[in-house]
Amino acid sequence: MLLSLAQSALPIGISGIEKRFGAVSILSDLSLDVAAGEFLTLLGPSGSGKTTLLMILAGFVRANAGSIKVGGEEIITMPPHRRNIGMVFQNYALFPHMNVFHNIAFPLKQRRVSAAETAERVERALDLVQLKGLGERRVDQLSGGQRQRVALARAIVFEPRIVLMDEPLSALDKSLRERMQIELRNLHRRLGMTTVYVTHDQREAITMSDRIAVMNAGRIEQIDQPEVLYAKPRTKFVAGFIGESSFIPVESRNGSVWYEDRKLRMNDAAPSTGRHLMVVRPEKLRLVADVGETGVNVLPATVGDVIYQGDSFVCYATLKDGRQVTLRDYCRSDVLAKLPAPGEPIMLGIDAQDIVLVADQ
Amino acid sequence: MSIVSASLDHAGKPDRAFNAEALDADARREARGMLALLSLGLFLVFAVIIVPIGWLFWLSLFDEGGQLSAANYARFFEQASYIKTFVTTFKVAFTVTGACVLLGYPLAYMLSQLPRRAASICLIFVILPFWTSVLVRTYAWLVILQRKGLVNTWLMDLGVISQPLPLANNFAGVVIGMTHIMLPFLVLPLYASMKTIDVDCLRAGMNLGASPAATFRQIFFPLSLPGLASGLVIVFVLCLGFFVTPALMGGGKVIMWAMRMEQTTSLYSNWGAGAALGVVLLAVTLALLGLFHWLLGTRATGVWSRR
Repeated sequence: MLLSLAQSALPIGISGIEKRFGAVSILSDLSLDVAAGEFLTLLGPSGSGKTTLLMILAGFVRANAGSIKVGGEEIITMPPHRRNIGMVFQNYALFPHMNVFHNIAFPLKQRRVSAAETAERVERALDLVQLKGLGERRVDQLSGGQRQRVALARAIVFEPRIVLMDEPLSALDKSLRERMQIELRNLHRRLGMTTVYVTHDQREAITMSDRIAVMNAGRIEQIDQPEVLYAKPRTKFVAGFIGESSFIPVESRNGSVWYEDRKLRMNDAAPSTGRHLMVVRPEKLRLVADVGETGVNVLPATVGDVIYQGDSFVCYATLKDGRQVTLRDYCRSDVLAKLPAPGEPIMLGIDAQDIVLVADQ
Repeated sequence: MSIVSASLDHAGKPDRAFNAEALDADARREARGMLALLSLGLFLVFAVIIVPIGWLFWLSLFDEGGQLSAANYARFFEQASYIKTFVTTFKVAFTVTGACVLLGYPLAYMLSQLPRRAASICLIFVILPFWTSVLVRTYAWLVILQRKGLVNTWLMDLGVISQPLPLANNFAGVVIGMTHIMLPFLVLPLYASMKTIDVDCLRAGMNLGASPAATFRQIFFPLSLPGLASGLVIVFVLCLGFFVTPALMGGGKVIMWAMRMEQTTSLYSNWGAGAALGVVLLAVTLALLGLFHWLLGTRATGVWSRR
């Protein structure tokens, strides 16, 4: 039963959601479709409206307008306790007066599941989150990671149609967080529940999600698979929020794109005439010997600072127009041998296929 | 001392680790300093708690003739009036505590749900009576509740009743007056504990399928119990030793423990008997505190899962 969520996973159709607090607009005409069984992440800085959207989905915050359909059924006015949506809270929100077993059994108790079945299902949920045998523990006897697992077990034990997660890993330390990311992703693959996940950590979003919706100021800037989002950001905000980027102003005229007096070699067609920004990722840049290579754009620069980070190094360089760019590469011995010194002039190469342009706004 | 010290051979001192003596001396000096800082507090505790209570206990062991005897304690079992006072005291304390819970829990709940600004304004009204003397407030209640007081005149003028209600100079009057005085002692700790309840816990309850009423019953109420327990204990214990209000509002008909003590010492000058009353009140209070702790302390502070 607990392993058959995939069949009951339902799609979510969010359309035209408006939310204002007084005169401040939090969400404006927000629409979003989540496929059945999909792991979708709402990614954005604080204040972008991602948590508000999650609260509206769970029913804790009332929207001013809009529709939420789960498997075709409208739930926008349904009270939270009838929505049958599991949620993992940022601070876990475990009930401190109940032990682990009773925390996980709580949703089953509300649904009048028999004692025998409750015991069986709680046992299986504990097994699923690798907490077997900890049912009798008090909540305050658990570590952060264990609390996180209890919260997860409690959110899925009643086989909800949808699971919402509000920055569930933000309170864990780095290594545990990374392990839990993999575990959550595997659990999602096993159970196949439709999941909406909120985070401001872009790396976490990229690691876990089927698709990421990047939110900014109450709107969705771009929604795509992680690879697409990273490789082809459509706006300056997305390019800046996901991964590191330097922006170099370029101009499009007569069907080609120019950086100062250099014509850029690029695979994509030139965009509309006018000013644009070239998105330069640190790992797409490399040190090149001279101008001769085909299919490579070369930018002359001066080294500002080289920072050694063990596995990799970061080189801050200044272009001729005074703009800063960053180059990152792994410390292979051939690279280390040619490491430039501060103040030295260098040539930065970027491949034609790595040229990404976004609107300058 | 330390495990490594034995193998250390430092500066020609094979048996003692480096600087160990100086560090020991430093630790002793710090301990002495701390004791010196504590001494004033310890002296105060001794002078104003241990000595008086010991003296009280000592006094209670002598009868009127100055002979060592258990007569003062035997009186509790022999004289019906003592037992009656004892019962009355507990009846008043229980009723007042119950009334405080009935009035105070909804009040504290409302305060905890109000926006911060509104809550602090309302809290001022809860605390306001603290700034007025108990005596003044009790006389005010007498004015309101007596035979020809505000309540009775209004009700009779409105034709609701034909005879004045007996609201003062009896048990009801004592309970009304004391409830008014005790209420903040219950509301304040209760409000504080309700404020600490995580909103997300209540949201989680509803998210997991509990209706608002079920969420209140299964999550909010149990989590508010520590505050309720401490408020309850404070009110109950204060009630047991209360004097002014029952003396004024009881009309001589409601004799509580503290009034009995006052009579025994000032009217009959029987210090031994008065001291025995004090000792018994103290013992009963301590026993009750223990009982509350056993009943509510572990329940409210810990977890009552099936262990």
